[in-house]
Amino acid sequence: MARLMQRIGNLDRRVIFVLIALSVFLPLSFRIVFPNPVGAEPSRQLYDYVEALPAGSTVLLSFDYDPSTMPELQPMAYAVCQHLFRRDIRIVAMALWPQGASLGQEVLSEVADSLGGEQYVDWCNLGYKTGGGVMIVRLGSSIQAVFPADKDNRPWAEIPMLRDISSLTDFALVISLSAGDPGVPAWVMMAGDRFGVPIGGGCTAVSAPQFYPYLGTGQMVGMMGGLKGAADYESLVREGTEGAPQGQAIEGMAPQSVAHLVIMLLIVVGNISYFAQKRKGGAR
Amino acid sequence: MRLVIPLSITLITGLIMILNYFVPHEPFRFLGDNLQEWYMIVASAAIFLGTINLVQVHVRKIRLKLTNWRYSPVTLVGLVIMLVTGLIYGVVEGAPFDFLFQSMVVPMGATMFSLLAFFVASAAFRAFRASNWRATLLLTSAFLVMLGQVPIGSMLWDKIPLAKVWLMAIPNTAGQRAVMIGAAMGVVATSLRMIFGIERSYLGGSD
Repeated sequence: MARLMQRIGNLDRRVIFVLIALSVFLPLSFRIVFPNPVGAEPSRQLYDYVEALPAGSTVLLSFDYDPSTMPELQPMAYAVCQHLFRRDIRIVAMALWPQGASLGQEVLSEVADSLGGEQYVDWCNLGYKTGGGVMIVRLGSSIQAVFPADKDNRPWAEIPMLRDISSLTDFALVISLSAGDPGVPAWVMMAGDRFGVPIGGGCTAVSAPQFYPYLGTGQMVGMMGGLKGAADYESLVREGTEGAPQGQAIEGMAPQSVAHLVIMLLIVVGNISYFAQKRKGGAR
Repeated sequence: MRLVIPLSITLITGLIMILNYFVPHEPFRFLGDNLQEWYMIVASAAIFLGTINLVQVHVRKIRLKLTNWRYSPVTLVGLVIMLVTGLIYGVVEGAPFDFLFQSMVVPMGATMFSLLAFFVASAAFRAFRASNWRATLLLTSAFLVMLGQVPIGSMLWDKIPLAKVWLMAIPNTAGQRAVMIGAAMGVVATSLRMIFGIERSYLGGSD
């Protein structure tokens, strides 16, 4: 028994890698989908806020991430865009991260095509600009000064939906899909606190805990945390949307569930082995 | 003089930006807007510096055949291909640059981040021990959050997501708020030290 415990304690990490790979691969292969009840999560607060916006208002959607965090944040982008288009809310997209502009373009054009949104009328993508928080402050006085043309070099004056937009305060809401810095904190501090623009956001699961203080103080109107946040938003949006492309977040919940269980099981087994060896006086 | 000029620039721009925040009227608005645009121009120029540095580092690595030098030609070829396709065809949707980005950069980036799951699982197995009451408390909280973060948690017991929301909204927020306030005070103190020339390490020298 003691030898077994010791062997478990020294388990080859390749075995762990295979277990994790299977825990993701099998649910995806068999297309297992778990029901995803949405409780009193911050993602529901964001959904309710968007739901309360009047039709015809304009939202600034900032794609502040790159491909490395795309598996968590891209499903959020799809769900949010579906919701905004369904509610006839116009989207002005931009990016604080260089690669976010292209990722945003992919989402916007795909969702707009499926829901009948027209570029430059219902949505436009201003692209990426460097500067982070300082650039956001400049947006507070003039967006055109920062983005004289959109991502495809179309001049500001030739984009009909931007005629009534001059600064951040013209937006009903700013949503930042953020993988780090610059991201949600910069938007909260510069756009929210300084110019009084409501801020919502989405972030990776690992960074979600640090944004909870913003929810408590009302500096953020809502937040999607990790793939679960995306799945919650998707669930809420799907209740009333037809014809929109299928999101990946709900499908991703099954592999994530199994992977979490496997990791927890590994931790329990590791602890059993640890205490067994400790009793024998072998563990430190 | 080498010290006076950069310190003077820092003092003047720092004071202008502070005044611009508290007095958002002319001439501080004009000065603040211009300084913000200058910052963006300088930050954009840093991208070129970064590219030049990347080329220098990898060319040196290839020339001296340093550790893992074989990866450097791949980096340089990738840089040149993306640069050329972007300059010739633009970066609009459907262009060769966009095709390369969506077909190569996106999946490779996502793969790199996904590898973390394997290392986290391995590290959790080896290091997450209930060795004392504090570690046990952390372990219990982690289990509740991990279960509350996936649908299977509510399938096991419908109170688990509520426990997760409470953990995140109350104890977590209290801790995070303390960290944020401490960090913010540190930022204010460091900024003032830089503006008034007390903190000079950003200049690169020990003086």
